Amino acid sequence: MSTPYARLPAWADYGLIPVINLIVAFAVAGLVVLLVGENPFRAAAIMVEGAFGSGRNIAYTLYYSTSFIFTGLAVAVAFHGGLFNIGGEGQAYIGGLGVALVCLTFDSILPWWLTFPLAIIGAAAVGAAWALVPAYLQAKRGSHIVITTIMFNFIAASLMVYLLVGPLKPQGSMAPQTRTFLEGGQLPKLNWLMESFGFAVRSSPFNISFLLALVCAFLVWLLIWRTRLGYEIRTQGFSPKAARYAGIGEARIIIITMMISGALAGMMALNPVMGDQNRLQLDFVTGAGFVGIAVALMGRSHPAGIVPAAILFGMLYQGGAELAFEMPSISRDMIVIIQGLVILFAGALEHMFRPSIQALFASISPRSAGVVAAKREGA
Amino acid sequence: MEYFNALVVILDSTIRLSIPLLLACLAGLYSERAGVFDIGLEGKMLAGAFAAGAAAAVYGSAWYGLGAAILVSGFLALVHGFASITHRGNQIVSGVAINFIAAGSTIILGQAWFSQGGRTPSLGADSRFGAITLPFAEAARDIPIVGYIYYELISGHSIIAYFAFFMVFATWWVLFRTRFGLRMRAVGENPSAVDTAGISVTWLRYRAVLITGALCGFAGSYLALTQNAGFVKDMTAGRGFIALAALIFAKWRPVPAMFACLLFGFLDALAIRLQGTPLPLVGRVPVQFFQALPYVLTVILLAGFIGKAIPPRAGGVPYVKER
Repeated sequence: MSTPYARLPAWADYGLIPVINLIVAFAVAGLVVLLVGENPFRAAAIMVEGAFGSGRNIAYTLYYSTSFIFTGLAVAVAFHGGLFNIGGEGQAYIGGLGVALVCLTFDSILPWWLTFPLAIIGAAAVGAAWALVPAYLQAKRGSHIVITTIMFNFIAASLMVYLLVGPLKPQGSMAPQTRTFLEGGQLPKLNWLMESFGFAVRSSPFNISFLLALVCAFLVWLLIWRTRLGYEIRTQGFSPKAARYAGIGEARIIIITMMISGALAGMMALNPVMGDQNRLQLDFVTGAGFVGIAVALMGRSHPAGIVPAAILFGMLYQGGAELAFEMPSISRDMIVIIQGLVILFAGALEHMFRPSIQALFASISPRSAGVVAAKREGA
Repeated sequence: MEYFNALVVILDSTIRLSIPLLLACLAGLYSERAGVFDIGLEGKMLAGAFAAGAAAAVYGSAWYGLGAAILVSGFLALVHGFASITHRGNQIVSGVAINFIAAGSTIILGQAWFSQGGRTPSLGADSRFGAITLPFAEAARDIPIVGYIYYELISGHSIIAYFAFFMVFATWWVLFRTRFGLRMRAVGENPSAVDTAGISVTWLRYRAVLITGALCGFAGSYLALTQNAGFVKDMTAGRGFIALAALIFAKWRPVPAMFACLLFGFLDALAIRLQGTPLPLVGRVPVQFFQALPYVLTVILLAGFIGKAIPPRAGGVPYVKER
């Protein structure tokens, strides 16, 4: 199949088009704000102020971003293998179980810096295991991974409700949650880091798992672009036929890719469960698994794009909370709309503006466009 | 007799619970048979329910509500079509986007317009689709078994419920007995053959997607105007995905789709009924088990242990004309 559209310079491909898509998404979100009867520019100003206005606000923004880096990386790894892991939400939720079991077992015996690696292993293992079944079914049975991972989200939700109102609840307690972890199951906060930059932070949930998220982002880059396995994953995603021809085991790559993806999603649970709430609660994921889809699409599945995209969404989450105070008619659910619009314009309608931009480039300097840019087919 | 009556009551609530599933499932059937995957059923249904609740509250008529639901859900279906047919975007991504846009905007707009925490105002009897008592139902009530079934089970549903069952057979007829249906199935299996025959793939798929939108509007209206008296936030609660599961379970065929939806509705009704009461042999079964059962069953089906579900061959693949 020939490339449908003319070639653009790299900066336009990786910079200009995503930015235009993003601007359109925010413009439509602005229309919704207008429809509600508020001033979108004021709303945006309040959001930015709420996200970056003080040390505490920045810390909160980064706290939310931490979760989104994990889930964004999870979705991105699967994307590279040509798989759509829509089950990040469920894998993260069940990953919380891994964290909680480790913490509940060891929090009175071990210090946090020994519990932490165990909890990482626990979260990653449980998340990977939850992704294993859909991966196996896709690889060996040919059932569609999107459908099975959606189903597993719901199964995870039911299972966790069952566990939290039953076996995991301490006796005599009414709230559907585990007991609070002791010192050994609590991650240290990173407030000193903010304070060393001269910001005053009184209390915030910003914790050390942020650093783990950055390490994971680096490791994902290393894996995808600097290892043999990563090359195989990309080949499989780019052209399954070529991969098969090159002797790459399709089933093996699908299963490994999904398990890495599930492990990353599961590790997201470290941030809220061990870093902030210090207990396993119902619905602690609060949609972070789905935000990961938007983050991965916006960051073009590259860690260097995912980290800023995650911070942007962290900003929307934190700024959105402040916005709800200032403009009562706009609740935090505004973020869900923005998230949807970003997924629509940066994902599904990714190529909508491409032909016109190519036409523009071609008219400015005909040589910048390789092929005749106006050639559009089908419609 | 007591057990019999209890059974009829459970079956009656089975029907009530399966109507929105059935409508959404048939909606998905049109789109997916035409080769456009749609995981945005949930979002379209939710937006439809909101539109129905809002319009019925403002204009005081259930029919306005239904109309608004069809329009809004149809618009979202067009967005899905625009992204996945015209711009050949990823159909899954587009569906996910629609789910989020619907989930967020129904709450934001509901709060801004009605200020009741995302609900629409509670509707009176005349702005809802109420129960229709079929002829002689009252008279037949006292006839043992047959009359009771007629009175309790068959009579007393809303017009949308009867429409849903009518649509099962209408869909079967359209799909397997009309030219449009044949072409629609063909475009889901082998679009280039349809294109070669000089029929527009794009227009066929758009029509299928629009039918999907309209039926999701009906499903949403049923939730907001019959099952409840108005819109409540997140009222679809995953039903769009259960409908999707039912569609796979039914292997994309209308009559099995009805039975799949009735089965999932039955599980739901049973879970509500059995809440807290122990079963013989197994003891107390947690409610969550029944809630997870449709999903578990679908996964088992997909794994190929209960027959094999083969989706339309061109599903999920945007059609590119040869260059």
